[in-house]
Amino acid sequence: MALQSLDIIRRSATTLPEPEIRGAQTGQVAKLIDTTKCIGCKACQVACMEWNDLRDDIGSCTGHYDNPHDLSEHSWTLMRFAEYENPKGDLEWLIRKDGCMHCEDPGCLKACPSPGAIVQYANGIVDFHEENCIGCGYCVTGCPFNVPRISKNDKKAYKCTLCSDRVAVGLEPACVKTCPTGAIVFGTKEDMKQHAAERIEDLKSRGFDQAGLYDPAGVGGTHVMYVLHHADQPALYSGLPDKPRISPLVGLWKGAAKPLALFAIFATAAVGFLHYIGMGPNEIDDADEEAARRELEKKP
Amino acid sequence: MNAEDNRDMIVRYTAGARINHWIVAISFVLVALSGLALFHPAFFWLTNLLGGGPWTRILHPFIGCVMIFAFYLFSLGIWRNNFFDERDWRWLGKVRDVMSNREQDVPEAGFYNAGQKLLFYSIIACLIGLLLSGIVIWRAYFSAFFPIGLIRLASLLHSFCAFVLICAIVVHVYMAIWEKGSIRAMTRGRVSLGWAWKNHRAWFREATKSAPQK
Repeated sequence: MALQSLDIIRRSATTLPEPEIRGAQTGQVAKLIDTTKCIGCKACQVACMEWNDLRDDIGSCTGHYDNPHDLSEHSWTLMRFAEYENPKGDLEWLIRKDGCMHCEDPGCLKACPSPGAIVQYANGIVDFHEENCIGCGYCVTGCPFNVPRISKNDKKAYKCTLCSDRVAVGLEPACVKTCPTGAIVFGTKEDMKQHAAERIEDLKSRGFDQAGLYDPAGVGGTHVMYVLHHADQPALYSGLPDKPRISPLVGLWKGAAKPLALFAIFATAAVGFLHYIGMGPNEIDDADEEAARRELEKKP
Repeated sequence: MNAEDNRDMIVRYTAGARINHWIVAISFVLVALSGLALFHPAFFWLTNLLGGGPWTRILHPFIGCVMIFAFYLFSLGIWRNNFFDERDWRWLGKVRDVMSNREQDVPEAGFYNAGQKLLFYSIIACLIGLLLSGIVIWRAYFSAFFPIGLIRLASLLHSFCAFVLICAIVVHVYMAIWEKGSIRAMTRGRVSLGWAWKNHRAWFREATKSAPQK
């Protein structure tokens, strides 16, 4: 057997099962990002750059701490800083490590037209296989979190891999390994939920009544989850979607429309074929030519 | 007089119009097949037609622009023949007779019959929809200027317009095959007197009114 993962549970633009004999027997994985423990040091960004060998262009200051100011093909994760004045009048600095959420029901994978350009492994990680990517940008259209970025050079789509290469050999993602405050932890999804529950209990005991876990059901849950102080208002965290889901427009475009349209096109052609066979063609016979000639001769 | 002698008697399309039609037709085939390749995985293999997935992504929109521009030029020559009049509504009422080869009660058609006129308008509507939505989802140059909600809507609209257009062209091609003597109008430019008399009698009278016959 060649080196292959054998644990593909979803594959873009593919109708039959892929090699999936290896299940995630020990449970699916998740990365838990505790925004309440994050100090915004950006070590995770550096670790991501190092492990994945990425270097973004030196940008310019846009007046806030976000650096670079947006995700890019070279920056797969990014600390987003939001200043929030709470009802008591105190300033809260809400820092969220942005990046791919690794949805259980990935909008990028649903939208992708190229077989095998996007896969989901049994452990839940959603990965891009850039050698199959055609650069159409449908993944950007499908993503509810505005994550994939198309490279300006090779026109391929890139995003956080959840360090699928590290996880495959039993290591934790680079950002998790480097986080100095333990704000990022990694393990089975069940363990991460339990860990989050303990953190939320602690936060509630310290006055954060609305503390909670961000594991949005609209996309089937995510394999990157947040602990939020204000789980009732995710938008406070630099526009984290309140109830993310695959857009119904994308759902229709990549769902029912596909078989219905093909059926209707084939049906149109079939009706024509049957009409020809059943009714016969509309032919011009000698009588028509005669009639035409007679009509011409009537004229002066 | 027999049918042989009456062939090639009336000019229906000039050489320019014919060449233009086939530019539209060939670009339509390429753009439709490459579009289907991106629409449904069952047709992804059609990306090989344009040299693989990335080349399909690159070329598809440009070919679409060629098609739309060529059709625009084509329509400049024929739009006057597509005004709907009272006779066309009566023709539509008799469409079952037309499709059943019972022409005796069918109102006379001009240069185009009502079905062809409807096809003309549906093609124009689809092409406008395809052009506008296509610009929005043309990731390499334009998508960055549009909000994500509009890109999603345009993706769906682009597929819908393409679907309607493909069905319309299937009908168009079938009609050309079914109505014998039609295809030579677009290959040779001339049709027989009998064809014009039978299928477009009002146009037949008009076309033979001034031009002396050989």
